[in-house]
Amino acid sequence: MNVLAYLIPISLILGGLGLAGFLYTLRSRQYEDPEGDSRRILSDEWDDKPKSD
Amino acid sequence: MTATATNGPASCPGCLSAPAARAEVPLPDAQLALSLPTIHCQACISKVENSLTAHAGVRAARVNLTRKRVMIDAAPGVTAQELADLVMAAGFEAHELDLGALSQTQTDAASRDILMRLAVAGFAAMNVMLLSVAVWSGATDATRDMFHWISAAITLPALAFSAQPFFRNAWAALRAGRLNMDVPITLAIVLAVVTSLWETGLSGKHAYFDAALTLVFFLLAGRWLDSRARSAARSAAEELTALEVPRAFRIQNGETSEIAVSALRLGDHVLVRPGARAPVDGVVIDGTSEVDRSALTGEAMPVMRTVGDPMSTGEVNLTGPLTLEATAVGTDTSLHQLAALVAVAESGRSRYTSLADRAAKLYAPGVHILSALAFLGWLLWSGDMRVSLNIAAAVLIITCPCALGLAVPAVTTAASGRLFRKGLLIKNATALERLAEVDTVVFDKTGTVTLGMPRATNWHDLTQDQQSLAYALARGSSHPLAQAIVTAAQDDDTAEIALSNLTEQPGFGTQAHYADRPVRLGRPEWIGALVETDGLCTALDTGEGAPIILRFEDRPRPGAADLMAALKRQGMRVILLSGDRQAPVAQTAAHLGMPDFAAEMLPADKVAFVQRLTDEGQRVLMIGDGLNDTGALAAAHVSISPAQALDAARAASDIVLLGQDLMPVADAVATARLATKRIRENFQIATVYNIVAVPLAVAGLATPLIAALAMSTSSLTVSVNALRIRGRG
Repeated sequence: MNVLAYLIPISLILGGLGLAGFLYTLRSRQYEDPEGDSRRILSDEWDDKPKSD
Repeated sequence: MTATATNGPASCPGCLSAPAARAEVPLPDAQLALSLPTIHCQACISKVENSLTAHAGVRAARVNLTRKRVMIDAAPGVTAQELADLVMAAGFEAHELDLGALSQTQTDAASRDILMRLAVAGFAAMNVMLLSVAVWSGATDATRDMFHWISAAITLPALAFSAQPFFRNAWAALRAGRLNMDVPITLAIVLAVVTSLWETGLSGKHAYFDAALTLVFFLLAGRWLDSRARSAARSAAEELTALEVPRAFRIQNGETSEIAVSALRLGDHVLVRPGARAPVDGVVIDGTSEVDRSALTGEAMPVMRTVGDPMSTGEVNLTGPLTLEATAVGTDTSLHQLAALVAVAESGRSRYTSLADRAAKLYAPGVHILSALAFLGWLLWSGDMRVSLNIAAAVLIITCPCALGLAVPAVTTAASGRLFRKGLLIKNATALERLAEVDTVVFDKTGTVTLGMPRATNWHDLTQDQQSLAYALARGSSHPLAQAIVTAAQDDDTAEIALSNLTEQPGFGTQAHYADRPVRLGRPEWIGALVETDGLCTALDTGEGAPIILRFEDRPRPGAADLMAALKRQGMRVILLSGDRQAPVAQTAAHLGMPDFAAEMLPADKVAFVQRLTDEGQRVLMIGDGLNDTGALAAAHVSISPAQALDAARAASDIVLLGQDLMPVADAVATARLATKRIRENFQIATVYNIVAVPLAVAGLATPLIAALAMSTSSLTVSVNALRIRGRG
């Protein structure tokens, strides 16, 4: 049962990382233009981050 | 996008609505927005962005394809118009947007707030569920207690954050002495957490931490769908408003300056150029012109206006420049007074309760009574406080309206998404439900079933020479009838001829010399021609022989005749109402196959007409575009206006039609009926699930596993059922 002492914190930390990642994308407004983003991926022009508009 | 509101000139709406003031004070950077209605692909994005950044004054340009607009950071001197021209040159339609009107829509902070709470609830639910699986599959004693304590440690802070909207709404309702959907939700969450903590403390078997979290997760998903559907509609509706940049030309001490309409004062002299709308109510003090009043009265024929005549806000000046002395500005104008009337009429409509509200009204007390009865029954039978409280909590959790909370938003989001792709914008939350009940459709004529753009009917009766002459004369004017002649001539490739001394006599017509004889095109009275009918017509004086009369009729919108046929097939009664004169109305009605019509209706007559139909028990859908329709639009059960309609008409209607084609209206009615059917089905699914689950809970058999299973199943079923709307059509 000792394995639980590692696994539970690890699963919580990994989940928490995912949550933090999602909150980061939300705060940096990456869901403002879902249609445009899905098409910009096809562009040859390099486009590193969304403009804060 | 809140950045717009915090940095740059957009932080001050006054600067935006007063472009004249902006030009005087040098600002570091200008934020501009253009609407791009035709943009649709990756290549479009690159083309627009590249054509804009090629301009020396543009620092950055970013297209938002979802909202079909581009935001531009530009140097202070750059005007939106020159950038719009650049984009037009690249092959895309572009219109300037008023950022002042737009900035309110950009802060959809509420939607992001819900999404954040949804993420936290989802994260916590997943982790607690993992721990719960261990308990369900047989963890006992100390291990089970430890898992329960860890679950509690995750659940409490997660719920404290993510369930706040429910707590707040429930508290507000209770303080006002009402019950709403959030009261049983809050009670279930609180009771579930409290009994679970108590059980965990006594090392009991069952804890409902996971159930409380999944409940919050599913309900937040419903709220998020709801807010997303509404914010899409709201932002598009306000974009329509932002397209009309409110500016006026004021004449002071002989100088003309461009100022914001809100800065106009009583007694100001205002210049109304040909093609512009009057920004104020006023009296003409200089100039003669023809005025298009169709938006206000429904008359298709322009009216002569000269010194001393009144002109109202919203009327369009057609041929010559007019100077008005303002007699009413701002909120005193006829347009605003109409809008105020509409607000009164609308308050009646807001009394409509949606299906969800009606269900909640039955549901909330029912659940509480059931849970209290279960508690009392078990307390009397077993005398065990702990068992009774556990069962009461299980009843509350298992009946909690996951499915009910998801049923309506999931269906309306799917339905309004489908209609949006067809060019219809749902502005009001209950519009779909009301649309499904409609059995009578009332149309306005000018600008609604017709395009408001006349077409020459007897053009081909003219000889080649006469056509060329009419074409050459018509090119000198921007009058709609002259433009109709130009269009007809260009369609026929009519030969061009040269005229000398071409001048426009505002309000009358154009005159010129051709082969040393005077030729004229304009009002029949001016030319001296006799007209026996009262249809739209103009006269051509070729300088030899009798004048020739050219007749016109308004063209029906594309899809109008098909729409009438489709509506009749759906069993609807269709009626045409117009402020125009008898003859053209009868002609249009006959053309579209509408037996019921009424002409020369004043705005009040239209309202009375709609009211009478409503009193007779009919559910009326009103479709109109003018100021004269706003009252009727607000009085009807549900209303639609085209995007080209005046602001007041759009504001009064529940649904906005974005394209030229009228046919989507038939789809809207069909989709609305389908959506209402799905909502009812979803309620039935939720009811069936409760009929199965509630006896289990009351009998004390609802373990946390059963609660979690039952709750997820019913939520997923209603979501999948809602998505079926998307697939069809």
